[in-house]
Amino acid sequence: MRVDCKHVWEHISAYIDGDVDAALRADIDKHLETCEICSAVLDSTRNVVVLVADGRVFELPAGFSHRLHERLEAELQSRET
Amino acid sequence: MTKVPNPEFEADCIRRILAGEKHLFHELIRPCERAIYFLLLSILHNQADAEDAAQETAIKVFRNLNLFRGDSQFKTWVLSIARNEGLGRLRKLDRLREDSLDALTDGDSGDFTPAVLTSWREVPAEELEKQELAALIREAIDNLPDIYRNVVLLRDIEEMDVCQSAAALGITEGSVKVRLHRARALLQRKLAHKLKSFAPKRGLLGWGR
Ligand SMILES: [Zn+2]
Repeated sequence: MRVDCKHVWEHISAYIDGDVDAALRADIDKHLETCEICSAVLDSTRNVVVLVADGRVFELPAGFSHRLHERLEAELQSRET
Repeated sequence: MTKVPNPEFEADCIRRILAGEKHLFHELIRPCERAIYFLLLSILHNQADAEDAAQETAIKVFRNLNLFRGDSQFKTWVLSIARNEGLGRLRKLDRLREDSLDALTDGDSGDFTPAVLTSWREVPAEELEKQELAALIREAIDNLPDIYRNVVLLRDIEEMDVCQSAAALGITEGSVKVRLHRARALLQRKLAHKLKSFAPKRGLLGWGR
């Protein structure tokens, strides 16, 4: 089966997650060999996913963990009977 | 960052806490606290509310620990409690919109075509040391519709699998996949052109794949 660009875009997320079957993966790989647009779309999407996942993007507010465990400790103590 | 759950540690911990070693609860909940907070922030859109709800969630988890059945992962169970806590607060504030209810169907509405590019130079993760880039990405995620942001949060940020994410959000695995796909497409479209300026300017190693 031949796949076109739109078809590739529809499966990009699944492709990145390794969630496409072997036949579709082969079709997409073949398309990517000759289509610079899909290659760039795939690379940029993958890059975005990696950056989004980085712990530096979302950081807990300063002191969050300390305050959480302090409140928990109070709860734990109050149930200590 | 270690996010890998350790079921044996959890099961052992839970047994001992229920048997009276309550202080162990601190260690049990620690690996989940980041995910609890950001899921609640995603639902409540307010740091102070999210923090208070996160504390409340942790207390509820402790109080209901005897109800945890080992048939789901501990973190999944904890996040479904966090989600209920968040939605309960929205309901109280009468701010529960349709999309936070996950009532939105995963129909074909909306344009999820990516930004079309002809080449891509990798933006290395080290660039995130620049506050400007981190802020750009945060903003793009913040602006996603709730149902897409929640899935990105669990799948891509907290690195939970499809099954866990579906259980925590109370949606099907199919919906998780569709929403994640759309969220990534929206993020790529929003960010691709802005990210270009963060790619290494030139050099033999910085090009493409
Ligand atoms: Zn193409």
